[in-house]
Amino acid sequence: MIKFTFYLFSLVLIFAASRVITVKNPVHAALFLVLTFFSSAAIWLLLQAEFLAMVLILVYVGAVMVLFLFVLMMLNINFDTLREGFVRHLPLAIFVGLVILAEMVLVVGAWDHAMPTEVAAGSNTAALGSILYTEYVYPFEIAAAILLVAMIAAIALTMRPHTRAKYQKPEQQVKVRREDRLRIIKMDAETKD
Amino acid sequence: MTLTLNTTLILPEIIMLTMACVILVLDAYLPKNLKNLTYQLTQGTLIATAILIFATYPEKSELAMNGMFVNDVMSTILKLFILLIVFLAFLYSRQYLQDRKLLKGEYLVLGLFATLGMMIMVSANSLLTIYLGLELLSLSLYTMVAINRDSQQASEAAMKYFVLGALASGMLLYGMSIIYGVTGTLDLNAIAQAISQTTEHKTILVFGLVFIVIGLAFKLGAVPFHVWIPDVYQGAPTAVTLFIASAPKIAAFAMLIRLLADGMQSLHGDWQNILILLSILSMAIGNIIAIAQTNIKRMLAYSTIAHVGYLLLGILTGTKDGYAASMFYVLVYTLMTVGGFGMILLLSRAGFEAERLEDFKGLNQRNPWYAAVMLILMLSMAGIPPMLGFWAKWAVLAQVVQAGLVWLAIIAVIFAIIGVFYYLRVIKLMYFDDAEDLTPITANTDMKIALSANAILILMLGLMPSGLISLCLGALGVN
Repeated sequence: MIKFTFYLFSLVLIFAASRVITVKNPVHAALFLVLTFFSSAAIWLLLQAEFLAMVLILVYVGAVMVLFLFVLMMLNINFDTLREGFVRHLPLAIFVGLVILAEMVLVVGAWDHAMPTEVAAGSNTAALGSILYTEYVYPFEIAAAILLVAMIAAIALTMRPHTRAKYQKPEQQVKVRREDRLRIIKMDAETKD
Repeated sequence: MTLTLNTTLILPEIIMLTMACVILVLDAYLPKNLKNLTYQLTQGTLIATAILIFATYPEKSELAMNGMFVNDVMSTILKLFILLIVFLAFLYSRQYLQDRKLLKGEYLVLGLFATLGMMIMVSANSLLTIYLGLELLSLSLYTMVAINRDSQQASEAAMKYFVLGALASGMLLYGMSIIYGVTGTLDLNAIAQAISQTTEHKTILVFGLVFIVIGLAFKLGAVPFHVWIPDVYQGAPTAVTLFIASAPKIAAFAMLIRLLADGMQSLHGDWQNILILLSILSMAIGNIIAIAQTNIKRMLAYSTIAHVGYLLLGILTGTKDGYAASMFYVLVYTLMTVGGFGMILLLSRAGFEAERLEDFKGLNQRNPWYAAVMLILMLSMAGIPPMLGFWAKWAVLAQVVQAGLVWLAIIAVIFAIIGVFYYLRVIKLMYFDDAEDLTPITANTDMKIALSANAILILMLGLMPSGLISLCLGALGVN
């Protein structure tokens, strides 16, 4: 059963990952990337790494990809110009791809394939939590302070409470009287020189 | 698993963090007529933290938070000085910021967070806490530089500071990860032990060390990693320049000592050569280029670079006496810098920035007392006896000679003499030129008193420097 689930999610993952780079529409590509993340989260669950699976979904799917989609939808990027020069850059791209492939073969070849058969009992979320809130409580709290500073900074640098934009107020424009706009001054007649 | 948290030792840090959060929330709800309260609370927090630190003055080095935090005599003295300098920095810059509508709650809270970051760095005993403290400090400083959003100059300075600061953090982190990879620990004492016992992986260790030193040099502003200093000092609002130029240097000194002396003393031979190079270049470039400046903020920026060169002299000897001399130097340097930028703030007023050298013309005619204050500060920075700055230079040079590097001491003296020129030029402008701008100098009473006390302190300590020197020697365990 586990094997079946693994192959199912792996197939979906490989399909989605290849669609990310082949579909024309960048929004679809981003959505396929979300599917890729979901499938890899499921595979992590099979490995009993439930914390990583949750973080992947919460952080990458929930935050990063949504941000990506927002950017894609808001910025009106002309993708045709981005695709130009595909043939021209192809030799370089193939070269870089081959180098990366060679490196991956080297790394995977040197890797000891033994999978951890026995996973330590208990949830690793609890294990991470108990070490984070005891042994590493001091750096954890400092990191929290850094995030707070980032928030203060973002607000202090971007929020403008007193906007300088000028609005029309129709209700006041309608109620305007002659005395508000027009001033009649009495003055002596001027003589030419 | 046994936990040794020793929470009482980090009580000052806890109070600081809590009060920063309280002030942040309170400031958002304070009515307009009570806005002064934010400033008073901020200064009160600094005083209360200083009292707490003084109350927990340690007899010997004590660890807390599972060995990530160390409370020793050096950290206590450095923290007290940081708090004093930040207190003075806020006091000097209050009127200036108010005139420019920058004295907002966020500014003061960011200042408190920066101070907290410095305190964490000073007391760090692990690569993790050093890095996190540094980031807390840096992030607050980037924002403070950019706080005047409508100034294009300040935004540009903040951008430069941010990009180069992030680059430096990356370098530092890369070096730290290599050291961690070789020794397998983040704890500085354990790293020191691991390095002294092993002879293999020496090349990788030195590789990591180089990255760490580059990161430190970026943060300190030592040549050739100094390019951001003049632009940031000039572009930032003067009050922020005052903040950046003073207290963070104490924290940077502590970071140097913790990383190089506590963690990697066994690699002294390797980092000594790098520091000698950085030191000579800093003294040369700083002192020579400062002569060509017409903007006093820029001139003081190059003067800072030169001072960093002298600061490194004591550390590169690798002896406890050398570290104590450098500690003395950094404390003296911050006292002088805070006064120097305080004078620029004093001469500035709403709609006018006294940042050109000409703005100091004929200061003696306008106000003889402040001219005398600036005279003391400039003579002290130049290192002319009997000012405090002389003893600082004396202390590091004596250690360099003691370490057998007489040629280095001679180079340092030559550049110090070149440097005297631009300090004396300020004095010449104040005393021998006629004033063009005869606006009377106005300031709050507290600023007048503090600035005068600052100068008198430099003069008095210059006449009797032994107390501060023995304090620094005691802090590093030299009797």
